Amino acid sequence: MTGWQQHLPVLPILLPLVAGALLLFFSEPHHRRRGVIALAFTLAQLATAIVLLGMADGRLAAPWPDGIGVYALGNWAAPFGIVLVVDRLSAIMLTLTATLGLATLTYSLARWERGGSHYLPLFQFLLMGLNGAFLTGDLFNLFVFFEVMLAASYGLVLHGSGAARVKAGLHYIAVNLVASLLFLIAAALIYGVTGTLNMAELAQSASALDAGDRVLFEIAAVLLGIVFLIKAGAWPLNFWLPAAYGAAPPPVAGVFAILTKVGVYAVLRFATLLEDAGAPAPFGGAWLFYCGLATIAAGTLGVLAAQRLDRLAGHLVLVSSGTLLAAFGYTGTALTGPALYYLVSSVLGSGAFFLVVEMAERNRNPAADVLAISFEAFGLQDRHDSDHPGELTGVAIPAAMAFLGLTFVSCALLLTGLPPLSGFVGKFTLLAAAVGTPLTAPAPQLWLFVATLLLSGLAGVIALSRMGMRIFWDTRRPAPHLQWIEAAPVAALVLICVALAIWAGPAMLYFDATAQSLHQAGEYTHAVLPAPAGALP
Amino acid sequence: MELVFAAAIGVLAGSGIYLLLRPRTFQVIMGLALLGYAVNLFIFGMGRLRSGAAPVLDPALGADPALYADPVPQALVLTAIVIGFATTALFLVVLLASRGLTGTDHVDGREPERE
Repeated sequence: MTGWQQHLPVLPILLPLVAGALLLFFSEPHHRRRGVIALAFTLAQLATAIVLLGMADGRLAAPWPDGIGVYALGNWAAPFGIVLVVDRLSAIMLTLTATLGLATLTYSLARWERGGSHYLPLFQFLLMGLNGAFLTGDLFNLFVFFEVMLAASYGLVLHGSGAARVKAGLHYIAVNLVASLLFLIAAALIYGVTGTLNMAELAQSASALDAGDRVLFEIAAVLLGIVFLIKAGAWPLNFWLPAAYGAAPPPVAGVFAILTKVGVYAVLRFATLLEDAGAPAPFGGAWLFYCGLATIAAGTLGVLAAQRLDRLAGHLVLVSSGTLLAAFGYTGTALTGPALYYLVSSVLGSGAFFLVVEMAERNRNPAADVLAISFEAFGLQDRHDSDHPGELTGVAIPAAMAFLGLTFVSCALLLTGLPPLSGFVGKFTLLAAAVGTPLTAPAPQLWLFVATLLLSGLAGVIALSRMGMRIFWDTRRPAPHLQWIEAAPVAALVLICVALAIWAGPAMLYFDATAQSLHQAGEYTHAVLPAPAGALP
Repeated sequence: MELVFAAAIGVLAGSGIYLLLRPRTFQVIMGLALLGYAVNLFIFGMGRLRSGAAPVLDPALGADPALYADPVPQALVLTAIVIGFATTALFLVVLLASRGLTGTDHVDGREPERE
């Protein structure tokens, strides 16, 4: 335990905190300087996250012995002090956050940052909350980081103001404040019953509760589950989500793609920790599975019904959340690894998609979308189509339009799970693992899963190709003007997904190792609490 | 004491939820505030109710935990109060912005249509 390396786990929280505080000192005119600071700190976060990713797997020399890094804040030992825990899952989520954060941040430097005040500090605090939520090993600390993340997200949703944003933001804030109150009740109840807030100690003491306390514990777990499912956008707790994501500034919506996955992460973390103690209702078993299926169904209907691309993107986020919840709820543990692969690919895909949508919609008349869908629904012809037949032939494709078309198609392939990109690998491995699971699972569960996943993909293809035709085959629309700084992050996100598809083997090995260590909850608890619980006074 | 305490939490939470479901933004924020009070009391109660016991170690009394109140819920409730205070203030600003932009205090930004 020597050297600077042992302090790495705290950096993903400290870096954005320092960056956010530093950015407050630069007033509005210093755009370039602010941008450079924000970029530099986010790059440092990405580097830290990648090093942690290597250390958690033992590929880089780690200062901790068994793959799970425990960082005691203030050097207080685990059950009494607050710990940060880095295992493979945390490292994956940290890397994902930093990657998506870097891309959306770069994108927003072009225009969106100037739409209001304090965009960059808020963005850094959002990253801090996200990183903290992925790292912490303490239930109440999880609440605090949720609040940091949410407080920043409230500001970001309202960035740029306007009636639509304020209205959607009002609903978003109200729902999340109620969720926070529920979280507090759950945390207090769990403390009252088990006498601890440390997640590892919680996992140990949950199995030793007597019957009366166990009932209270289950109630607390249900409340906790409701909070996480609200964050994850599970049906029927998700009606605020498409409106808020659609109204938020696009780069913010892009980084929000990972906000729902915080809820998914928390569900997975607690489900695996409490596995040995007999997971209470919301964290295990068929219940979560059917909740996930309902979410996919609701999201799919929304995708088909959406009249605007930003709404459609929001519903696609719901579909991906639902898929993950269904996969975690599926009998057996074989789906966890593929689900994590799917998570990474879908977060990157939907993050890129929100950005593409904004670029593509830049020059449009919002009413035209609604008309286009109604024309189609009622079988009407757009009468302008036949007015100038000569113009339809031989239109040169400007480079910007070609780029947008290409990225739009890539995102569509990613999000619907068609080959050859990583979305397909994710869905295929999910289905393969579901089919390959020995049939202790009741057969309807298998067929429901397969059918829902495939049908949601089909609906996505239909909706996206309909929208894509209206946007890219419309010759009357002037080509949008793109800047390099906007195109580059989108291209980077898509290229990462291409790389994920090419090196799917090594990536999948990593995700499977993650799943394996997750499902041995003992590894986590032993790393955090080296002495057996009985030895404590 | 337990009965009064429980009744207070129940009344606060009940009226908070009622107000939360009302259509005016000011009622919603009052509801959130009341619900917040109920939750804070609840957290406090999770440290078990007892009077005349300090949460901080006193050299004269010694280190027997039975002589002290549980300090952790008190620390938690302090954090929760601060966070709740900040989010309420933020919500208040959003509420005013909504009133200013839409000209109504309905949560949907427009008055419901009447027959």
